[in-house]
Amino acid sequence: MSLSRRSEFLAGMLDIVPVVAAALPVGMLFGVIAVQKGLTPIEVTAMSTLVFAGAAQFVALELWREPVPILLVTFSAFIVNLRHVMMGASLGRHMRLFSPANRAASAFVMVDEVWAFAERRALKGPLTPAYYWGMGATLWLQWVAGGTIGAFAGRSLGDPARFGFDFAFTALFIVILTGFWRGSRTGAVLAAAAVVSALVKLYVPGAWNIAAGGLAGVAVAALYPVEEEVR
Amino acid sequence: MMATLAAILGMAVATYVTRIAGLWLVRGHQPRGRTKAALDAVPPAILMAVIAPQVLTGGVPETLASVVTLVAGLRLPLIVAVAAGVASLVALRLLLT
Repeated sequence: MSLSRRSEFLAGMLDIVPVVAAALPVGMLFGVIAVQKGLTPIEVTAMSTLVFAGAAQFVALELWREPVPILLVTFSAFIVNLRHVMMGASLGRHMRLFSPANRAASAFVMVDEVWAFAERRALKGPLTPAYYWGMGATLWLQWVAGGTIGAFAGRSLGDPARFGFDFAFTALFIVILTGFWRGSRTGAVLAAAAVVSALVKLYVPGAWNIAAGGLAGVAVAALYPVEEEVR
Repeated sequence: MMATLAAILGMAVATYVTRIAGLWLVRGHQPRGRTKAALDAVPPAILMAVIAPQVLTGGVPETLASVVTLVAGLRLPLIVAVAAGVASLVALRLLLT
């Protein structure tokens, strides 16, 4: 590794340190809830290593039961992560220094925080693979470590509802949701998604409420009056 | 065990597909109008669909704790707001049940 590549890698690591501090307890929380849902610690480690997607993993736990609904958790991971398609279309314009193979590998660690810092870096100068991987590798390792630690610690914690752990990812999503607020349009989307999801959960057997509520919100957004756009 | 592994691999592939797709899509083709509006709405709509049953029909402590989390999340770092929400739920359950 050349000196500049090393400094770029370190710059990426330093930028992501505050995110690591916030994400480690969340990763541990994932492990705790996962073992309460019946996953073994090795399965928790495998999921955090291979999937590396916080929201999708928490949603999977929400849906988790015996027998494991394989297609449902796969489909919901796809839907929850659809935002990555647009994020990637934006960031891809700034990856001129990435080889095709490196670009393909970089997609694996393109979580929200890495993407945001990479976009910010691209505003000030060229985005280097070393800087990107300084962030991506660090965050990936902490997510795997956090999930594993939580999985081994979680076995002794008993009923999660007693400690409010069952509410933790609801709280997490509430906070993440606030970042998507864009005025009355978002209000209409959220109202439709909330009402349809709650009603379907109450009256329709199975776990269709997320897909139904999500589709309702998207339909409202498509029908909502489109603002004037500067072309 | 095999079902769990299959679910993990399914999630891993589904997640990777969403992350690589945008990077390889034709650049310079930005969706506009209603297509853009619909795509923009996917994350909040899905996240809300996930939490709505517990927030709206989970019980009074859950609903109140959701409000606490929302207010905290507007001002505090994510993990602090989540901790405040969980702590408030535990307290509310002790008080109200």
